[in-house]
Amino acid sequence: MGEAVLGVRDLHTHFSTYRGVLRAVDGVSFELKRGETLALVGESGCGKSVTALSIMGLVRRPGRIVRGEVLFGGEDLLRKSQSEMRRVRGGRIGMVFQDPLSTLNPTFSVETQIVESLRIHGVAKGKEARERSIELLEAMGIPAARERMGAYPHELSGGMRQRVMIAIAVSCEPELLIADEPTTALDVTLQAQIMDLLAEIKEERGLSIALITHDLGIVSQFSDRAAVMYAGQVVEQGAVAELLEEPLHPYTQGLLRCVPRLGRADVALTPIEGSVPDMAALPPGCRFAPRCPKAWDRCRDELPEMREVKDDRFVRCHMYGEEESPMDEPEVV
Amino acid sequence: MSQAASEEEALESVAATTPGMVRLLLGNRVAVVAGVVVLAFLAMGLLAPALAPYEPSEQHAEAIRVAPFWQAGGGTRFLLGTDGLGRDLLSRIMYGARVSILLGVVVVLLTLVVGAGLGMVAGYFGGWFDAVMSRVVDTLLAFPFLIFALAIMAATGPNLVALVLALAFKGWVDFYRVARGDVLAAREADYVTAARGLGASTPHILMSEILPNILPPLIVLATLRMATIIIAEASLSFLGIGVPPRIPAWGTMVADGRADVASAWWIATLPGIAILLLVLAVNLFGEGLRDALDPRMRK
Amino acid sequence: MWGRFVTRRLIQLIPVLLGVSFIVFFTMHLTPGDPIEHMLGQAGHVTQEQIEELRGHYGLDRPLVVQYGLFVGNAARGDFGLSYSHHGRAVASVVRERLPATLELTLFAFVMALVFAIPAGVIASLRPQGVFDRGATIGALLGISMPGFWLGIVLMIVFGLQRNWLPISGRIDLAVVPPARTGLYTLDALLSGNGAAFWSALKHMVLPGLAMAAPMAAMVMRMVRSSMIGVLAQDYVQFARAKGLPERTVVGKHALRNALIPTVNIVALQTGLLLSGNMIIETVFQYPGLGKLAVDAIGAADYPLVQAVVLIYAVSYVLLNVGADALHAVLDPRVRVA
Repeated sequence: MGEAVLGVRDLHTHFSTYRGVLRAVDGVSFELKRGETLALVGESGCGKSVTALSIMGLVRRPGRIVRGEVLFGGEDLLRKSQSEMRRVRGGRIGMVFQDPLSTLNPTFSVETQIVESLRIHGVAKGKEARERSIELLEAMGIPAARERMGAYPHELSGGMRQRVMIAIAVSCEPELLIADEPTTALDVTLQAQIMDLLAEIKEERGLSIALITHDLGIVSQFSDRAAVMYAGQVVEQGAVAELLEEPLHPYTQGLLRCVPRLGRADVALTPIEGSVPDMAALPPGCRFAPRCPKAWDRCRDELPEMREVKDDRFVRCHMYGEEESPMDEPEVV
Repeated sequence: MSQAASEEEALESVAATTPGMVRLLLGNRVAVVAGVVVLAFLAMGLLAPALAPYEPSEQHAEAIRVAPFWQAGGGTRFLLGTDGLGRDLLSRIMYGARVSILLGVVVVLLTLVVGAGLGMVAGYFGGWFDAVMSRVVDTLLAFPFLIFALAIMAATGPNLVALVLALAFKGWVDFYRVARGDVLAAREADYVTAARGLGASTPHILMSEILPNILPPLIVLATLRMATIIIAEASLSFLGIGVPPRIPAWGTMVADGRADVASAWWIATLPGIAILLLVLAVNLFGEGLRDALDPRMRK
Repeated sequence: MWGRFVTRRLIQLIPVLLGVSFIVFFTMHLTPGDPIEHMLGQAGHVTQEQIEELRGHYGLDRPLVVQYGLFVGNAARGDFGLSYSHHGRAVASVVRERLPATLELTLFAFVMALVFAIPAGVIASLRPQGVFDRGATIGALLGISMPGFWLGIVLMIVFGLQRNWLPISGRIDLAVVPPARTGLYTLDALLSGNGAAFWSALKHMVLPGLAMAAPMAAMVMRMVRSSMIGVLAQDYVQFARAKGLPERTVVGKHALRNALIPTVNIVALQTGLLLSGNMIIETVFQYPGLGKLAVDAIGAADYPLVQAVVLIYAVSYVLLNVGADALHAVLDPRVRVA
């Protein structure tokens, strides 16, 4: 595939709390190529949402981006001023949030909330903005869009709300859409509809999508590449088909073992033992070492670097280092 | 965000135990200082006969409108100066603490017992009693408290019993509403169902099972109400229809000083500072108590 | 829809007012203190016949229940009887004369409280525990812990006596009273283009207005602050930012509108207290309004006047709540359907 739309390099976003510094994002790097969908996968609390907010420049106190680069359109977004970032947000990068009920302002009508976005980015105003909003809603598959313009969020169903939110996010023709768990708050049938909608508008509008999710089913169906996150870091990255077929990092392997597969009733589901580390007191070595069945001394002492082990296949694990691991071949699941 | 939630849970589980509650309260420096100030006022009132340099009503004809010690003309004989009748302000302020605190406590206890009692019954049984009570409460809420208190007091003349009734007249409604709402929720709680299943009597369930659980918010409310009552009492006394004039009270003292504000500002001002300090301390203590008892309501 | 809503609320007002009038009527009549004796107190010796005649004149010789029935029936038509203390004038006319003064002062205090409280609450919420927040929180605590009459006197000493900046009594400089149209002096002054009268009326309201507004401003500030803090943590605020809206719009439009919803009730409640407060403040500042009228009427055992004033206060309390509910519905579309 072609050039990168978005490049995140060594991003560190920390939160100072009374318990100490929470390193929510601690050296995240990945690339998103034009026209592709990249999934950021991980359990809740792994830092994937904070990564999204960091890209958008929306990290609020007590959070702070400590260092790193967010390259978008050849510029580092982290160096932009607030007013420059405002033009990027909602303009060149759209964002969809998890829960459409809490994300749409309950006190404003659908019309107000879409038109506002069009107006602020100078896309359209007045009557034209209204007409465009209706077109957008129709394009999102909302029936009777004209009548729905006056509706308030609580008057719409969950799926409708999510469609309205996507309409707002793509209203100003962004190049990149960040979708943070876009279907988690919806029931299963709606999930598929919304994911299909996202796939459709991606094709039509030539979007690139950063899809944040914990759902491996969605990853396998709707994304081209994936970056697996654990405890504030990307531990493995690569094309989805390959990554799911042959996971390299023990965490990814463990994650896949937790997912039931159709037609594979014979494989027992085994949860990963232990729990996510305390982000204020991270282990000195590999973040996953305390839970890793394959960890040896080095894993506990030294944080592994991200390495490209094959073409477009990255992993952060000592097993794939230049030194030999005490184990033989990595086990394939 | 998940961190904040777990922090809250941690606080809640700490507050769930009485020693934990006390520890949280003691950890709140502001609340501790406020508590000490309230106790100091209480001690001042109780020990006024021993501490006060003069009898509160003793008039010093030769020392009228003496300034407090830091002002020109002031001295150590009357530390806070004297009023228009030559009475020692410090002594009167010390004695004034008695009636303020006494009335505050009596009125708050009375309204707490009446309001919480009615609220528990209305919340637990519902039905016609609840319906009637909600009408009564609506009426009282539409009632300008002060003018009603004024009317009673004007009709009966300043006396303490009428004053307590006037102050309590509407005050119980707040307790009623909190108790009713909490009992309504507690009625369906597991521990109540369990007690009922074990054959506990209704009075037993209300007093031994539900009351201890709904008590913390009521205690917080009682503390904050105390601040309101002290101000209301002072206001009525200021208008000359609260505490009988022979008993030294802060509101009366401010009123006494009104005629002299141009020449002797301290007579009206200093008793007001006493009110401000006590009410401020009560409020701060109440808020500390609320934070300790109910961490969800933390700022 | 609005017509139905308001009508329903106004009908609900009737039992409340009946309850209020009942309580007031019977407390006033059953407590000791004979208004006729009060009235004749200074007149020296009067015959028993004269007393009976006066009783008849004011209808005090009928049974209490009949008096109450007559009172309610007449009050419903706006007739509150004759005042005992204002040379037997009709209560309604005495009240009409004083009502605008109180209305004007209360409105002034109301606006002043909100103008301080809402921006202060918003600014404080943007940086909780910051310098401004701490200052505002301390200020608010002082505001709710201070008795209004004392604050009034302190303001009077500092700004009226020691510094002579502002008048400390009355409504207006009597030399510049504007021709009466609405009875609100500031408005009348503007209508007649009289700048001097406008300033004079405004200056007379500053100190009593401040003393009245302080506790309300404190409570409203605290409410705005805490609900803003809650609202600012909501997803829709973050989404508004993600749309590229400037922070001004995010806070002032998206967050504030939601934060004002729970604030409306506190504002209504506090405005009710503002009304009670004006009895004390008007007395402190010798401000010729309804509050002072009530305090004086109680002193003179002028039952009809007291009853009328209490009812006016009760009606305004209830109307305030109706207004708050309506405003609630305006601000929050979720309430409208319910």
